Amino acid sequence: MEITAAEALVRCLEEEKVEVIFGLPGGAIVPVYDALYHSKIKHVLVRHEQGAAHAADGYARATGRVGVCMATSGPGATNLVTGIANAYMDSVPLVIITGQVNTSQVGTDAFQEVDITGITMPITKHNYLVKDPKKLPEIVKKAFYIASSGRPGPVLVDLPRDVAGSSIEFRYPREIVLRGYKPTYRGHPTKINEAARLIKEAERPVIYAGGGIINSGAAAELKMLAETIGAPVTNTFMGLSSFPGDHPLFLGMLGLHGTRYANLAVTECDLLIALGARFDDRVTGKLSSFAPQAKIIHIDIDPAEIGKNVRIHVPIVGDVKQVLQALLPLLEKRERPAWLKRIEELKQLYPLRYEKENGLKPQFVIEELYRLTRGDAVVATDVGQHQMWVAQYYRFKRPRSLISSGGLGTMGFGLPAAVGAQLGLPGELVILVTGDGSFQMNMQELATVMEQGLPLKIFILNNQQLGMVRQLQEVYCEGRYMAVDFKFHPDFSILAKAYGMSGYTVRNEKEVAEVFPEVLAGPGPALVNCLVYPEENVSPMVLAGRGIHEAIEC
Amino acid sequence: MRRTLAVLVENNPGVLARVAGLFSRRGFNIDSLAVGRTDNPAVSRMTIVVEGDDRTLEQVTKQLHKLIDVIKITDVTAEEYVDRELVLIKVSAEPGQRSEIAQIAEIFRARIVDLGRRTLTLECTGNEGKIRAFEESLRPYGIKELVRTGKIAMLRGSRYTGGNGKEEE
Repeated sequence: MEITAAEALVRCLEEEKVEVIFGLPGGAIVPVYDALYHSKIKHVLVRHEQGAAHAADGYARATGRVGVCMATSGPGATNLVTGIANAYMDSVPLVIITGQVNTSQVGTDAFQEVDITGITMPITKHNYLVKDPKKLPEIVKKAFYIASSGRPGPVLVDLPRDVAGSSIEFRYPREIVLRGYKPTYRGHPTKINEAARLIKEAERPVIYAGGGIINSGAAAELKMLAETIGAPVTNTFMGLSSFPGDHPLFLGMLGLHGTRYANLAVTECDLLIALGARFDDRVTGKLSSFAPQAKIIHIDIDPAEIGKNVRIHVPIVGDVKQVLQALLPLLEKRERPAWLKRIEELKQLYPLRYEKENGLKPQFVIEELYRLTRGDAVVATDVGQHQMWVAQYYRFKRPRSLISSGGLGTMGFGLPAAVGAQLGLPGELVILVTGDGSFQMNMQELATVMEQGLPLKIFILNNQQLGMVRQLQEVYCEGRYMAVDFKFHPDFSILAKAYGMSGYTVRNEKEVAEVFPEVLAGPGPALVNCLVYPEENVSPMVLAGRGIHEAIEC
Repeated sequence: MRRTLAVLVENNPGVLARVAGLFSRRGFNIDSLAVGRTDNPAVSRMTIVVEGDDRTLEQVTKQLHKLIDVIKITDVTAEEYVDRELVLIKVSAEPGQRSEIAQIAEIFRARIVDLGRRTLTLECTGNEGKIRAFEESLRPYGIKELVRTGKIAMLRGSRYTGGNGKEEE
């Protein structure tokens, strides 16, 4: 029996076991929405397409499944662009469906026409413009495979309206051929042997673990590696939650706002074991003084990341879980009392710290959230100072419990991403830590929270300004503050009430103690506006052009 | 250093834009680019001449490999290879100069392919050095128009990179 390509698309999504689609309809994608009418797939109606892309992203990060979002042609599609770029930078698997004008109108500047495959070429792993309706099932199958295999990433499928309406004989292909795409999962045995030898020879190894650990599900192997060879572990921002935050071998995050002891351990180490990380500029600081004494083993699924920024002694292309499983049997249990004593000394000398004076401190808010949730919450964040304080003061316990925009640094990511995470993890405590700047970039999604009945807990670290930029202007512009102070401040607790959720304002530690436990234990959604000390800086900080060992307190 | 890459790609719409876009956004310089179908209509072959050090070339190759439509990349410069370019040159030629120009054409084994009242159009194939020398020889007469195809290249000997993407010894 023949069905329309739009119906075929929905059948394909069902075959891929898609549970939820985040989207917002429009003219060119009406046929697909019509086909969704009879499907059991849940559609979550957002209030702005950017929210759809971020929600699909948050869902994917929280669950490890492919996130799916949908929008119409033209402005619907361009509104997704920031969300797609965000997912691309952080290697998040997404399949994005966009409507397109009729094929006969493509290229004519038709109403709501935009070349979305052209626009998204540099920010997708791959994309397709469907011209032949018969090829749609194969394209969708390829899109899901490409998005979720190898180094994951977003794949966009652009579907012209007339193609969506054409009839085809539906058959979902069981196999697909992509001769130009064959990710390497198993590491080269010679290289793995070489890595084992370097580890045996090393006196002062450090493990530097990134988001690849989470993507490949290698947290258990990482822990085993660290405990077997007695090496401390530092996480990249994307790697946070892949190693227990309360483990004695944990050094916290490294880099620009990393702990000083992590940065100094990397500087002093004689072997750096990089796992699923990409030597980002925010991690390395000045390249010539990054891990200057170390030999470097780099394990990554993306060969293009190996040797891109830093010279590598032992490169291993492969899935980090599979490579570690091959490597672990070659290693012997080692104790390293001298090195671990030095690490302990660095931790004592340069702890993370902040002054408790001057009212409510944002770091205290995060510490309280950690204490009250015992590190069991899934924490979504936005971008800015609050995000760094979460990275420093919330000790994550299990993989995928931090949902945050790393590579692109997208303010406005937090709320929709938290929506996606909560929909993916219905029974779990999901909290959003955001700032007043970031929150105002996508707060329209409060309506989605209410419509979906999500018990999301929102904590705004409200410093009444764009705090991270203010900090940059303090450090680099001698305090000439330009365009960072908001002169108007909405009352977020009243805003929450306007949406029908509980709203609170806290100004000091006493009020935190009164409000937080109640909010966290409550069954419904709530928003807590935390009026924090506005001048607080994220500390430590590595200044531009400096080595990470030169971090300053600020 | 200049390298010549033979890149087999799926003959899909947009594949040239993907490759060209990759070069521009990652700041790689293309010296020359020639594209055409292979004996397999589903596969095209690009010959890309790229300028850069070893590290740049490594990144170019790795980033190209990440494109789903790229099937295979061979650095032909790493081995013995044949490369050719074709040039068409329209040169000023007063009737009295024609035989002189015809002699130059003969030296370069070029051919006169068209004749105007005051011009000659010549076709020449060869490697870059020969094309350059040919151009320089004609320059004194006044080059009116010049078009070249960009370099195409192939490994010498019995090794080949087939349209199915398989390499054979």
